[in-house]
Amino acid sequence: MDKMKRMLFAVVVGLGALASTAGAQQDRIRIELNMGQQRPRLAAPDFHAANADPQTAPLNTAFNETLWSDLDNAGIFDMVARSFYPLKTPGTPNELQASVWSNPPPNAGVLTFGNLGVNGGKVDVQGWLFDVKNAGSPAILGKEYREDATVDNARLIAHRFANEIIARLGAGIPGIAESKIYFISTRSGAKEVWMMDYDGANQKQLTHHGGIALSPQVSPDNSRVAFSGLSKDSWQIMMYSMDLGRLVSFPRFGGDNYSPAWSSDGTKIAFASTMGQGTSGIFVADASGAGAKRLTSGHSDVSPVFNPKTNGQIAWVSGRSGLPQIYIMDSDGSNVQRVTDQGYAVSPCWSPNGLLLAFSWNRKYGPGLPGGQDIYLMDIVSKQFVQLTHDAGTNDFPSWSPDGRHLVFESTRSGSAQVWSMLADGTHQQQLTRSAKNTQPNWSSK
Amino acid sequence: MNNRKQQWILAVVLASLLALVIGCGKKKQPPPPPPPPPKPPTATLSANPTSIQRGQSATLTWSTDNASDITLDGNKVDASGSQSVSPTNTTTYHLNAKGAGGSQDATATVNVAEPPPPTPTPAPPPSLTDDQLLAQALTEIFFDFDKSDLRPEAQQALSKAAPVITAHPTWQVRIEGNADERGSSMYNLALGDRRANAAQQALVQAGVPASQLKTVSYGKEKPVCTESNEDCWQKNRRDAFVLVH
Repeated sequence: MDKMKRMLFAVVVGLGALASTAGAQQDRIRIELNMGQQRPRLAAPDFHAANADPQTAPLNTAFNETLWSDLDNAGIFDMVARSFYPLKTPGTPNELQASVWSNPPPNAGVLTFGNLGVNGGKVDVQGWLFDVKNAGSPAILGKEYREDATVDNARLIAHRFANEIIARLGAGIPGIAESKIYFISTRSGAKEVWMMDYDGANQKQLTHHGGIALSPQVSPDNSRVAFSGLSKDSWQIMMYSMDLGRLVSFPRFGGDNYSPAWSSDGTKIAFASTMGQGTSGIFVADASGAGAKRLTSGHSDVSPVFNPKTNGQIAWVSGRSGLPQIYIMDSDGSNVQRVTDQGYAVSPCWSPNGLLLAFSWNRKYGPGLPGGQDIYLMDIVSKQFVQLTHDAGTNDFPSWSPDGRHLVFESTRSGSAQVWSMLADGTHQQQLTRSAKNTQPNWSSK
Repeated sequence: MNNRKQQWILAVVLASLLALVIGCGKKKQPPPPPPPPPKPPTATLSANPTSIQRGQSATLTWSTDNASDITLDGNKVDASGSQSVSPTNTTTYHLNAKGAGGSQDATATVNVAEPPPPTPTPAPPPSLTDDQLLAQALTEIFFDFDKSDLRPEAQQALSKAAPVITAHPTWQVRIEGNADERGSSMYNLALGDRRANAAQQALVQAGVPASQLKTVSYGKEKPVCTESNEDCWQKNRRDAFVLVH
C-alpha cells in the first residue's frame, strides 16, 4: 500500500500529488489536485446587486450560483462555508474589511467579491480577488465584464471570472469553466449527439442522424465532432461540423467502423474497423480520413485513444485474450503491451499529462460473479491503480477534463444511464443529466 | 297484214282513245287532303354527375318523342331510359332519335378527372417464398457469454443452410451479430462483429460464395428481449440471418 501510494505520488506530480487519507479504505486514495500546494481557503460571498434594474436581481442570482459552483467544482479550494461569513459583505474594495475575513470564524486566505448591475440592456460585472492575509497589497485580481444582459451571459461571465481565479490560484493551469461535454442522448427518441456546458447547463442536440449515434469525440480545436453512426447496413465514422452545424463528408470504409479518437494535434484519427478482416482492428488515418492504415489485426479491438502528451502511443481495448483488456502500443502498431490483467476492462482515456489512464473495469466480471463496473485510474508505467467509484451502478466511459482535475463518466446509479462528473480523486461526484438516457460523455480538450 | 286491215285497227285505237279522253274529263274530282306532316322527333340526354373521377360512374338519362328509331352511341335503346357509364376519359355521348318527322340529336358530356395519385402502393411484398426459404433453412444462431465460437448446433444449422443459400445465387444474406445488455456498448459492437464473422466464415467454408454474405454488428443496440435475466440475455446473444431486398 505504501509502495502504491509512492508510485502514484510520482506519477501524478504533474497533476498534483497524492496523499493518503488516514484510515481510508484500501485503495481509496486522495489525489491532491493542486500540485502539492496547500488548498487556498477561499471565501466567495454573493456579488452585490449594483442597482435596482428589474433584470439585475435574476442575472445576479444566476451569476452567483454559477461562480460558486465553478469554484467549488474546481477541486483546488477549501471553500469557506457561508455560515461563517460576516453579515456585511463587500461589493467593492472600499467596503472591504480584510481582517473580518482573515480572522476566525471565516479564517479565509483569499476572498472574491464584487457587484453586478444591468444598465440599458447590458450587464456590468466588477469582480475582485483579494489576499486578505496580506495587509500590504491584498489585491490579486480585479476584472470588469460587460455583455448583453441575458442569464446565459451572466453565467458566461461567472465562468470567465472563475477561470481567472482558478488560473491565479491553481498553479497556472487554466480553468475549465468554459469547456463543453459531448454525449449521446436518447431524448429525441433516437441516439443522437448532444452537447452541454461542463456543469450540465445548456444541453442541446447536435445531430439529427436518425440512425444510432455512438461515441462522440470532439476535435482538439472544438470545430468538429467525430462519432460512430449506423447508416444503412454498416457503422461508419461520421463527422459533425460545429461551424456549419451539420454533418460533413468523411470517407466510408468497408465493414463496420466505430470509436473514432483524435490525436491531440488534430491531424490523425484512430478508429476500429472490420474492413478487410471481418473482425475489428485498430486503424489510423489522417483527420480527413485519407490514408487509413491498419495497426492491429483484430480480435474485437476497439476504443483507441492517443496519448495526448506525445501522440506517440495508443491505448485501446482488445478481446484477443478473452474478456476485453486494456492494451498500449506505439502509434505505429509496435510495442504492444497488455495493461490490465484480469476482469473486464474497457473505455480507456488518457490523462492530459499522458501519465494516467482512466478506464472502466470490472475486476471480477463474469456470469454470477459479484462486482461492479467502476472507474479506475492506472499509472501506465507502474500499473498501479486506484478505484474512483464504488458500489454505485455500472460506471463506464470516463473522459478527462482539459485541466486533468476532473472526469466525466456514465453511471447507472440513479436508475438509468446518466452523465456524472467527479474530481479526479473520486470526490464531488455529481449528476449532470436527468432526462432520458445519456451516455458516452466526452470532455472537450480545451 | 294488208293496208285495209291496218287502217281499221288504227281507227279502232283512235276511237278508243277518244272515248277514254272524253270519259276522263267527265269524272274529274278534288284531290284528297294531304296527310298531316309527321311531327319532328325530340330528344334530350343528360348526365349526372357531369364530372367524375376515373373509375367512378355517371348516369345517362334520356327521353325522346316522336321517334321510332333511337340510338345511344349507335346502340338501339328505348324511347326513354337511363344507363350507367364509367368512361375512362372525358366522353361525349350521342343520342339520336329518328322518326317520320326527321331526326334529332342530343349530346351529354361526362368529364373524367385524373384520380388523385394513388396512395403509394406498398412495395411489392418481398418475395415471400425466398424469405420463407431462408427462414426454413436458418433464422438465428446463439452464442455463449462473451464468446463468438460456434456451438455444435449452430455449426449444424449453418451447414444445412449453406446449400440452400448457394442454390439461390441472387440472394444476399445479411448476418447481424448481437450481444446481450451486459458489458460496454463499444466492446459489444466488436463482439457482435466477431459473432457475425464466425457465421460468415462457416458458411463460406461450407461453399457459400462470400459475395452472397454481408455482416453487420448491432452490439447491444437492437435487443430482441429487454429483461435483465439470463433467458433474455441468451436470446440476445445471437446472429440473425436476413435476406437483403
